[in-house]
Amino acid sequence: MRKAQTANKPRAFSIALVQFAPTKGNVDANFAAIGDALSALADKKHAFPDVVVFPEAALSGYFVEGGVRDVALRTSSVVGRLNDVAQKALGRARREFDIVVGYYENDLGKLYNSALYASLGRTPELRHVHRKLFLPTYGVFDEERFVSRGRSIEVFPTKYGHAAILICEDAVHSLSTTVAALNGAEIVYVPSASPGRGLEDAEPANVKMWRGMLQVAAAEHGVFFAYAGLVGFEGGKGFTGASKLVGPFGDLRVEAPFLGAAIVRASVNLEDVAVARAGLPALGDLESNLAELTEQLGERAPKGDGRLRPTAARLKRSRR
Amino acid sequence: MKFRTVYENGRAGDELAIDVALVERWLVAFLHDELIRRRQMTKAVVGVSGGVDSAVVAYLCAKALGPANVLGVRLPYKTSSAQSNRHGELVIRETGVRHLTVDISNAVDGYLRSEPNASPQRCGNIMARMRMIVLFDQSAKIGGLPIGTGNKSERMLGYFTWHGDDSPPINPIGDLFKTQVWALARHLGVPREIIRKPATADLIRGQTDEEDLGISYERADRILQRILTGYTPADIIRQGFDARDVRLVASRVNSTHWKRHLATTAMVSTTAINEYYLRPVDY
Repeated sequence: MRKAQTANKPRAFSIALVQFAPTKGNVDANFAAIGDALSALADKKHAFPDVVVFPEAALSGYFVEGGVRDVALRTSSVVGRLNDVAQKALGRARREFDIVVGYYENDLGKLYNSALYASLGRTPELRHVHRKLFLPTYGVFDEERFVSRGRSIEVFPTKYGHAAILICEDAVHSLSTTVAALNGAEIVYVPSASPGRGLEDAEPANVKMWRGMLQVAAAEHGVFFAYAGLVGFEGGKGFTGASKLVGPFGDLRVEAPFLGAAIVRASVNLEDVAVARAGLPALGDLESNLAELTEQLGERAPKGDGRLRPTAARLKRSRR
Repeated sequence: MKFRTVYENGRAGDELAIDVALVERWLVAFLHDELIRRRQMTKAVVGVSGGVDSAVVAYLCAKALGPANVLGVRLPYKTSSAQSNRHGELVIRETGVRHLTVDISNAVDGYLRSEPNASPQRCGNIMARMRMIVLFDQSAKIGGLPIGTGNKSERMLGYFTWHGDDSPPINPIGDLFKTQVWALARHLGVPREIIRKPATADLIRGQTDEEDLGISYERADRILQRILTGYTPADIIRQGFDARDVRLVASRVNSTHWKRHLATTAMVSTTAINEYYLRPVDY
């Protein structure tokens, strides 16, 4: 079925991952910065990429606290302005391309940390909006005080395969990738903003953690990860870009430096997904065991102390 | 059957280990970003005391902004030690930063003439705050920013003058313990005699930090790290630390939380600044 749907779609495409330091709270300046990046991608040596990915909160900067309402935008206006910026940056000769951008979203007064996937060109089209589910609210993070949670992880068809978006901590939980992969994702876009910490080795500990997590999750599920990270310091917290493409074998294809603005150019061949899943059929194995595993979860109920315990029905069955 | 024994990485046990090359790179990027990109300021002012903290900050600023854009200000009082002055000169010479000496004796003594019985601690606070007046004014004069030189050990132990040496708006070493500052200083090439001498605020003749605090930084930093990580004093004592040391450090930390905050403001509205009205420092 999937084959029929994608028969006329390219299985190989080019991708660019852009890491930059937004100007805090200045949406106009950050749209302009996106335009600068698109101009830089339109060099004569390379074909313009099919998909361009920008980081989390790219239109405002990440730590905005109560300023989130000042900088949050309606999704339709983001798509329109991205298209305008692209037209201005690339001129009439521009081709159509897809874009992933993280931004704070205002949906009738409800605020979210979101990322959209849109196809830009003559007729710009919004393909998907993902609202971050896992809002870090510990240590240096305070997201849940300022934005609401998203509720779902959805897979959406694009010209370049079946995709999902996970924003930063969404991708820390391997279950998120499991949901995306089981629902058909071949590539997972991860706009991120990861403050650097743990400088005891040659690179910050969070850079190592992200690389390891994405490589393991990619291999387990046979998916591509396209990760784009913010850079620059915000109030003393320095974000580690390290934007990267991870292949479905768990292989790190390319990674940008963790400091400084950069553009990663790479190619994606979605045929690798099937090859990887054939070599390590972990996703298929999971599908086989999924019913029993979820049944076990479903038969557990949280008690007053928040701990999960077997339900009476399960206990009765286990005593047989 | 023969078994090969495999041991854990020795570094895993050193909770204070830092990669000094990475930390240098990180802090230079921090200074460059916070000053030039965020604030469009190209000049910095550092109070160069002759101690290791201000030496490290001067070296980092010189790397981030270029020595010609850094003003190293020596701020001696009449009781400051000759060694501090000499080491301050050495830092300025080695880093190549611009240089100014402002003797604060007249300014401090002008006030103290009306307070002849001020305790040594009060006099020390007056000196620290006078130095800040000069550093902020020199910054305004050249269109730059004063850069902080307080380390994490001092900050956690409350061993500083509130609104004195903690007041510069940007501080590259405030999340590094003193022992980590020493390690970074060795990497940066700060002269050994500055690194090896006993740390001193030099506000009172002959004082040293470790005598004032009653514990060495080597011991205090490891206890501080465990407190910050979330271990209780009882846990830390069980881990083999001296009970007196742990109680001393915990007591200093717990009695100085106020020094790590701005003023306590009476809240009377639903728009109280930093309670309801929340904007990050760089917004």
